[in-house]
Amino acid sequence: MTANAHALAAYNQRKGFLSWLWTWLSTVDHKRIAILYLFGGGLFFVIGGIEALLIRIQLAVPQNDFLVGSTYNEVVTMHGTTMIFLAAMPLVFAMMNAVVPLQIGARDVAFPFVNALGFWLFFLGGIVLNTSWFLGGAPAGGWTAYAPLTTEFLGTGSDFYLLGLQLSGAGTLMGAINFMVTIINMRAPGMTFMRMPLFTWTSLITSTLILFAFPPLTVGFFLEFFDHIFHANFFNTAKGGNAIIFEHIFWIFGHPEVYILVLPAFGIISEVVATFSKKRLFGYTSMVFATVLIGFLSFMVWVHHMFTVGLGPMANSLFALATMTIAVPTGMKIFNWLFTMWGGQIHFTTANLFAVGFVPTFVMGGVTGVMLAVPSADSQYHDSYFVIAHFHYVIIGGVVFGLLAGLFYWWPKMFGKILNETLGKITFWTFFIGFHLTFFPQHFLGLIGMPRRYFTYFPDEGFNTWNLISSIGAIGMAIGAIVLVINIVITTAKGQKAAGDAWGIGRTLEWSIPSPPPEYNFAQTPLVKGIDTFWKEKMEGNKKVTPAEPLGDIHMPNPTILPFLMSIALTIAAYGFIFANQTSASRPLCLVIAAFGIGLMLLLMLIHSIKDDPGFHYHKEEIIEIEKGAE
Amino acid sequence: MKRSWLLLRFLPISGLVALLSGCGVKGVSALIPMGKEAREQAWLMYLSLGIMVIVILVVASIYFYVLIRFHKRKGQEDYIPKQTEGNKILEIVWTVIPILLLCIIAVPTVKQTFAQSDTDVPKSQKKDVLQVDVTAHQFWWDFKYPDQKIETAQDVVVPVGKTVIFKITSADVVHSFWVPALGGKIDANPGQTTKLKLTPENEGVYRGRCAELCGSSHALMYFNVKVVSQSEFDQWVDGMKKGPEAPATASAQEGQELFKQNCMSCHAVGKEGGPVAPNLTDFADRKMIAGTLDHNKENLIKWITNPDAVKPGANMPARGMNKNLTDEQIQKIADYLFTLSVK
Repeated sequence: MTANAHALAAYNQRKGFLSWLWTWLSTVDHKRIAILYLFGGGLFFVIGGIEALLIRIQLAVPQNDFLVGSTYNEVVTMHGTTMIFLAAMPLVFAMMNAVVPLQIGARDVAFPFVNALGFWLFFLGGIVLNTSWFLGGAPAGGWTAYAPLTTEFLGTGSDFYLLGLQLSGAGTLMGAINFMVTIINMRAPGMTFMRMPLFTWTSLITSTLILFAFPPLTVGFFLEFFDHIFHANFFNTAKGGNAIIFEHIFWIFGHPEVYILVLPAFGIISEVVATFSKKRLFGYTSMVFATVLIGFLSFMVWVHHMFTVGLGPMANSLFALATMTIAVPTGMKIFNWLFTMWGGQIHFTTANLFAVGFVPTFVMGGVTGVMLAVPSADSQYHDSYFVIAHFHYVIIGGVVFGLLAGLFYWWPKMFGKILNETLGKITFWTFFIGFHLTFFPQHFLGLIGMPRRYFTYFPDEGFNTWNLISSIGAIGMAIGAIVLVINIVITTAKGQKAAGDAWGIGRTLEWSIPSPPPEYNFAQTPLVKGIDTFWKEKMEGNKKVTPAEPLGDIHMPNPTILPFLMSIALTIAAYGFIFANQTSASRPLCLVIAAFGIGLMLLLMLIHSIKDDPGFHYHKEEIIEIEKGAE
Repeated sequence: MKRSWLLLRFLPISGLVALLSGCGVKGVSALIPMGKEAREQAWLMYLSLGIMVIVILVVASIYFYVLIRFHKRKGQEDYIPKQTEGNKILEIVWTVIPILLLCIIAVPTVKQTFAQSDTDVPKSQKKDVLQVDVTAHQFWWDFKYPDQKIETAQDVVVPVGKTVIFKITSADVVHSFWVPALGGKIDANPGQTTKLKLTPENEGVYRGRCAELCGSSHALMYFNVKVVSQSEFDQWVDGMKKGPEAPATASAQEGQELFKQNCMSCHAVGKEGGPVAPNLTDFADRKMIAGTLDHNKENLIKWITNPDAVKPGANMPARGMNKNLTDEQIQKIADYLFTLSVK
């Protein structure tokens, strides 16, 4: 018996909860890791959403005392941090994991072990951050964690922020390297770079951006961490440090981060719009070019987050012009989407409704972005509700709409069942209308003088009506999200089973295999003949994609618990450092615990290096049987 | 599928646009500019907004046309649209036109960025500008007039029509100095000095606020800019130099003694007292208690009795530096503080 047969037999014998848990904790299959990311990201999205509702309750009426002072700051900080690092990022990774290997005709990612490690680091990092609520208070310095407020004026919350994000940031960086290697090295024969589906392209560029953007963040957080725990004074001006430097480091990461999130959303929109227009993507080459250009420019514009810091007119002007240039490739994309639909046959499925709703919403976020690029006018917009409106139009209207489009579009591929379309449409309309109702008024709030991160305002400032409308709109978004959860539960219980080509008009390779795909994805590696190769084959009357190899044994990696254990080890280290700061009496003990966690990590790395793991094989006969069952 | 829903979906937005009747409250809003810089900034806002509205209109027309014209109709299930690769001319058009539109915005942008940042005053013009040194604290503002050699807090008085150069720094964390009606903001950074030029054009009281998250009471860190005529300003400066008159009533006199014993190590009146907390020389003339409450004795007593309830995280101890002032003593201190007028 092969190792695989052993594992399967063992699994079939004990089907209890523990063995179920074990398969998830030890999985290295990209499709299962995608589901883990979806679960983790979804969980934190709900938490972040509840925090958003608390904010809107506090601001619904002037001089409310529901959340006051530092409590409000904690909620605001956790809302931003959770949504960016713990919801949007993992949901992007969920999509990448679920789809990219399938789109390029690969059997898994390049480093399945690292893939699992990346997920567990992200997830446990998020847990560490969120336990701050129960262990001495959440971070309260804003998601930007400016020094010296975060480093010298706030308590343990800062440590939870710095160490929690350090863990999940490491996971993200690993994931990015993994996807770069996967996309560059593991494409099926014939899949040249200029034949890659656009979502794969945007995943590649996003991974590259992460590779360059996350190291600065890691360094910045390490310096803050040393300041906060060991009084290193990097950002303490009284001791010769410089507080502004942290703002630079943060935004050198922070601006690319926006594109890290939105580029995959662009990719999803490109796939969904093309599929549901029954047309190939208009201007594919310029779309790829625009993606690369946006990625490049995203590193040249960070100072537009710092126009009011006082860097002088020369720096401000240069970065203003650089910022404006980003509008050009972004505009190209918008027109390409419109002209993909032009002359097509637009199907209004829920997935496509989100994609179609994305276009005008993102345009609005884009034009306010150009307005914000004007430094002297920005000195009025900056840190006001105008900015809040702008980046929610970009991040909800762009990233979340994109992710929801992708979720409805690829759900059948991930789970083998199509999400209920009626409930899906209810989600779209409540979420879409709720969103505009919440954030459109915030443009005006900013212009008439309301700053962000204010827990209260006076009744005589003219902010009352807009704030009330905004809070009412948030209810719509909440209803949309609840209906989505209900939809997922109902579909899982008794959804309609999906075919391999679930929508009947799929264009790319993922639709050429069963839903959900078998563990090895492709029984035979496909031969790619052009852009939208599956569509091409279908137009030529073929039901399947031409294989590039004869049917044979498939080598697969073994499941392993080591990535999970490694993440636990680093989590122990993180808690050690966090509590080292809480009471001076237990400080030595806590530092010992931290050292133990790091030691355990090194030990596990050693075990992983020494242990010989040859993986297992799916034999030809097994594959034939599995493929028959899928048909 | 009905067509009407396509238009319905934009009803909420158009409804909101129609609601946009006012531009906020005078003295608070950036859309009702009361100074030269705010006026110039508003002009640039409207210019960029105008160009962006054109962009939105173009995109929206194509968008609605496409959605209405090309949506799937019954009986077309087998229709396969033409698989268009692209169109070079169109693609060049929508690359070049945005570049031209951006140039229209870019030129005045760069011009104004340099003009508004120019805070160097030639020696010959020194008399025509007023310099105010601002220090931001958690959660209040200190204003020093280096040429007049006076100091105040929370309410800053400036003459109308004169350019004021604010030199801004912070004593603790990063704050941001913002008076929307007079002009954009600039950060108050610890260990650095930033400069902001404002030229008020109308008399009045304008609300200033902190715009960078600075701690628990970030939302309560207000100040006021009182723009007055030149003669009124000169009078105020003289008053500040002389200091307030000695209190007349017995209660206020006792209050003064108590103030000296319990408050003066941090607060100053005139030249006497510490620099840690707001200078109270013209306290009675101010607009708000602690920058957040209406200006009356009742609120002042509330503030002295329990500062944390008014302004969470404020550094002022409850009931004086020795934390032992009785209600009666606080009442007397309040009586005294309300005599501190330089009018």
